[in-house]
Amino acid sequence: MEKLLEVKDLQVSFQTYGGEVQAVRGVSFHLNKGETLAIVGESGSGKSVTSQTIMRLIPTPPGKIKSGQIIFNGEDLAKKTDKEMEAIRGKDIGMIFQDPMTSLNPTMKVGHQIMEVLVKHLKMDKAAAKERAIELLRLVGIPFPEKRVNQYPHEFSGGMRQRAMIAVALASNPKLLIADEPTTALDVTIQAQILELMKDLQKKMGTSIIFITHDLGVVANVADRVAVMYAGKIVEMGTVDEIFYDPRHPYTWGLLASMPSLDSDDKSELAAIPGTPPDLTNPPKGDAFAPRNPYAMKIDFELEPPMFKISDTHYAATWLLHPDAPKVEPPEAVKKRLRQLSSNYPQPVIVKESE
Amino acid sequence: MLRYISRRLLSILLSLFLIITATFFLMRAAPGGPFSGEKKLPPEIEKNLNEYYGLDRPWYEQYTDYLVSIAKWDFGPSFKYKGQTVNDLINEGFPVSFFLGMEALLLAVSLGILLGVIAALNHNKWQDYGAMIFAVLGISVPSFIMASLLQYVLAIKLGMFPVARWESLQHTVLPALALAATPMAFIARLTRSSMLEVLSNDYIRTAKAKGLSKGQITVKHAIRNALLPVVTYLGPLSAAVLTGSFVIEKIFGIPGLGSQFVLSISNRDYTTIMGVTVFYSILLLFSVLLVDIAYGLIDPRIKLAGGKKGE
Repeated sequence: MEKLLEVKDLQVSFQTYGGEVQAVRGVSFHLNKGETLAIVGESGSGKSVTSQTIMRLIPTPPGKIKSGQIIFNGEDLAKKTDKEMEAIRGKDIGMIFQDPMTSLNPTMKVGHQIMEVLVKHLKMDKAAAKERAIELLRLVGIPFPEKRVNQYPHEFSGGMRQRAMIAVALASNPKLLIADEPTTALDVTIQAQILELMKDLQKKMGTSIIFITHDLGVVANVADRVAVMYAGKIVEMGTVDEIFYDPRHPYTWGLLASMPSLDSDDKSELAAIPGTPPDLTNPPKGDAFAPRNPYAMKIDFELEPPMFKISDTHYAATWLLHPDAPKVEPPEAVKKRLRQLSSNYPQPVIVKESE
Repeated sequence: MLRYISRRLLSILLSLFLIITATFFLMRAAPGGPFSGEKKLPPEIEKNLNEYYGLDRPWYEQYTDYLVSIAKWDFGPSFKYKGQTVNDLINEGFPVSFFLGMEALLLAVSLGILLGVIAALNHNKWQDYGAMIFAVLGISVPSFIMASLLQYVLAIKLGMFPVARWESLQHTVLPALALAATPMAFIARLTRSSMLEVLSNDYIRTAKAKGLSKGQITVKHAIRNALLPVVTYLGPLSAAVLTGSFVIEKIFGIPGLGSQFVLSISNRDYTTIMGVTVFYSILLLFSVLLVDIAYGLIDPRIKLAGGKKGE
């Protein structure tokens, strides 16, 4: 598998009046060609900051890439100037945002907003760009594209606008599409349609997708691999099967237990993860999840857990995987889904010592 | 659109009628009259004058007569300037004020928007602070001080422009600058705050994610959306600036309409008060109408009521 994107030890901070907020604290992952990686986490876990840093959309100042590399197509995006990034944004990397209601310019025709990309990156003339914009609108499933191309965003429904956004993001056939909670603001039926559309287009165009979401149901639907983020770090990463059927990190357990499933009987209450995420101005010592973790041990409050490798593709950062750790039972809701995966190593292996 | 405009024209007529009525009665309610001065006129002469101008007739007759003549665009003779009608006064003064006002308006709008955009793009940097200090000065320094300063520095010290009078294009520069200072400062502040708001919008981030440059984003996506508040302000501003300013016209010795506003009141020159008020109201009402139409052109989400529903 060829790697399209590799993020290495990325650290991003924001300078605020209250001090330095360490939004992303050493994130590493990679994305293969044609693959979909879902980044999951609650609000403030750093998933959006990570994705916007790849696009270099973080306003600097107050934001700052403190360290790390973003290798895309063999080049380090973290070192590019703003001017150099202009040639990559929209051309090689497209992006879809959460709120389709506000992400399109209200005073510009939808067609024109698609044409901008074509004119800028593919050097098309106006007539050709308009033709292509109509084709793109048709491709994303908008009826009467010849008419729609001349309309303004307020004449589109929410789902239509997100389709139009997808047309904008895919206009120059990018290698990577970053979708930052693209279905969060849509109602459920429209969500399903948009996800179908994205999968369909991915098949047609061979785009790799980074899918940011807090909705595990969506993840199961679209992703090949999943990275779970908490407090600016990836706490567990693996294939969809590994995350859903053999989760190892207590935070992932919490997320899975808080997700309703068809076979959960109506008597059992949906579990919630108690507490709130830590303040990243002063990240806690040890494991950031420890204060909310019912399985936390003494060492969790003192020393950050190293990354353990459970299989070739499955990583988790929790002390529970250490040979000396006591055996614990995951919550009932998670236990029901556990399966024996044949690809697992006999014993989890430490890959990274904690600092 | 046509239906909308015709409806608006009707409401303009109604507003005008109310303005005329209110001014007519307020003016007469004020003590004194056009012929009362420090020296009491002999009663016979005053009686003759009143008779000549029709002031001896009952108020309702005067009122209806006035309405009829105004409908014919006849503002009547001036009480103060013998042998001149109010129409003459307006026809003489307005072109001067209009020319000066246009010049000032163009200056204020172009420089104001430019300053505001520069300030917003360099938020919290020296360009921003510089532009805003400039704007605060422009708003807080009264126009008569600004005018005298300009005269002193640019005309007397540097000799770049004539000090006063209304003769050539050269003569118009200083008064236009003095007149433009305050609205320009105001427009700069408006543009800045509205630009800052627009720049924080999601669609600006989208534009950036498309790979557009900062200049393209500003010109194509930000400015148009930031202009609505400025356009709102432009309606009343242009009516005020185009009809002239008493202070500026006095200082620079310009034969404009602005001084008539003030002088006619102290003279109790009934017909002139009425004439210039009605004239100003018409300008104001029409510029507000123009602003409303401009809204619809700038922002497609604003549909002028009375236009076709649906679509």
